[in-house]
Amino acid sequence: MEKRFVYADNAATTAPLPEVIEEMMPYLKEKWGNPSSIHSKGNEAKKALNAYREKIALLLDCEKDEIYFTSCGTEADNHAIRGAALANASKGKHIITTKVEHPAVLKTCRSLEKEGFEVTYLDVDGDGRVSAQAVEGAIREDTILVSVMYANNEIGTIMPIKEIAGVCRAHGVLCMTDAVQAVGSVPISIRELGVDMLTASGHKIHAPKGIGLLYIKKGKKVGNLIDGGGQERGRRGGTENLPYIAAFAKALEIAVSRLPDMARVEKMRNRLIDELLKIPYSRLNGSRKHRLPGNANISFEFIEGESILLLMDMAGICCSTGSACSSNSLDPSHVLLAIGLPHEVAHGSVRLTLSHENTEEDVDYIIENLKNTVERLRAMSPLYEKYRI
Amino acid sequence: MYSEKVMDHFANPRNVGEIENADGIGEVGNAKCGDIMKIYLKIDGEIITDVKFKTFGCGAAVATSSMATEMIKGKTVDEALLLTNKAVVEALDGLPAAKIHCSVLAEEAVKSAVADYYKRNDIDKEIPGFKGGCIECDDHHGHGEE
Repeated sequence: MEKRFVYADNAATTAPLPEVIEEMMPYLKEKWGNPSSIHSKGNEAKKALNAYREKIALLLDCEKDEIYFTSCGTEADNHAIRGAALANASKGKHIITTKVEHPAVLKTCRSLEKEGFEVTYLDVDGDGRVSAQAVEGAIREDTILVSVMYANNEIGTIMPIKEIAGVCRAHGVLCMTDAVQAVGSVPISIRELGVDMLTASGHKIHAPKGIGLLYIKKGKKVGNLIDGGGQERGRRGGTENLPYIAAFAKALEIAVSRLPDMARVEKMRNRLIDELLKIPYSRLNGSRKHRLPGNANISFEFIEGESILLLMDMAGICCSTGSACSSNSLDPSHVLLAIGLPHEVAHGSVRLTLSHENTEEDVDYIIENLKNTVERLRAMSPLYEKYRI
Repeated sequence: MYSEKVMDHFANPRNVGEIENADGIGEVGNAKCGDIMKIYLKIDGEIITDVKFKTFGCGAAVATSSMATEMIKGKTVDEALLLTNKAVVEALDGLPAAKIHCSVLAEEAVKSAVADYYKRNDIDKEIPGFKGGCIECDDHHGHGEE
């Protein structure tokens, strides 16, 4: 098979689309005014800002006054959790989240613990899901916030957010969801979902890095993270990044218009999983049913993920791994450990995340190369000797 | 992140495999930590005439195993025991800080194989600095969470 370049790490970041880059250019070249300025240059920018905010609100099905732009998904997560915790501390100091959240959520919770808050980290099942009942069971008198991710960034598991939001509403607890991986990949209506807060990021949906958003339901008490010149209705200081906001809006518009094509992506992804599971001593991590359409996460026993990743990269394929060796941490992925994988199996995990840009030929190429890679690494693994026939 | 030499030894590892009727076999590390190295020695009159390895681990683990085997091939057993992890790192044009433990593992694997050779031949010699292989992950992983 001829060597090609295959980008299969779309959960890490995505290629900015030409139409998206095009959309942001006028705000770098001509309409570069500060939306807060009263003069015509500022007005021009402010008009555009309002229009993009309205467009995004329409696409996510919420009010435009409920959208707050941030510098990234991590900032939005920090803002939501820290802001909600501090603003509601007089009601209680208990927060509920899960063991599989993104570090942007987990580490914010950890630092709030040091500031006197108490956090319950819910276990997940073997698929990486938490149930609305489990959330309800953890709610106490002093619970003020529940934060559960919409879809997991590593294993793609989709959580029952609508049910969880219902439970939160019934108990008068704020419900936040980190939807960074889900927005643009699955249909989302915030109104139907019923959450109080939601976060999203531009670069996961083919916009550039450096733009995120936080949805806060009207009337909900959430404090600020960045104080400043009163931008974003006084809730997020800092001059609005109009070129990137334009890009985010365009990217979201395209993502929503391409949602029907996700069926094709899912079909490709299913073929990828089915073929890879034919390799002996392999397992799919995460739910088969409640799963982001582009995500495949598979463990191959007796070999280590960074080695897999390096060999795949040499073949021109970009993917990622949950092995400890690919990070600065001692332990493999906290998500893979939370779903019950032993350390040694978690070390051998590979995440492949497809997007609209991928083709069936890409999938063929990944399958062939991954099969060869696994075989090659197993041939030099002392662990595999005992299992060879 | 890795030097060209590391990538070369990872992509084209030298001395991969097993030796039938080896004179010494050493295995260090554990699967939980994510790296295991196994080294086979063929020794003829104190000279290491052949050496092979098998490794479960990351790119650096494979590369350090490969380099360590290259560095002791044809040497005497005493010379092989002088191999330090530092020498392996230097020969590879450096390793990222978080991967230094892989070179320690390579040094230990060589020593472990020699210890096995001594044991099989009732040679009563101490191996300086050899702790008997990595028991806990923390032994060699100097790096913390980022």
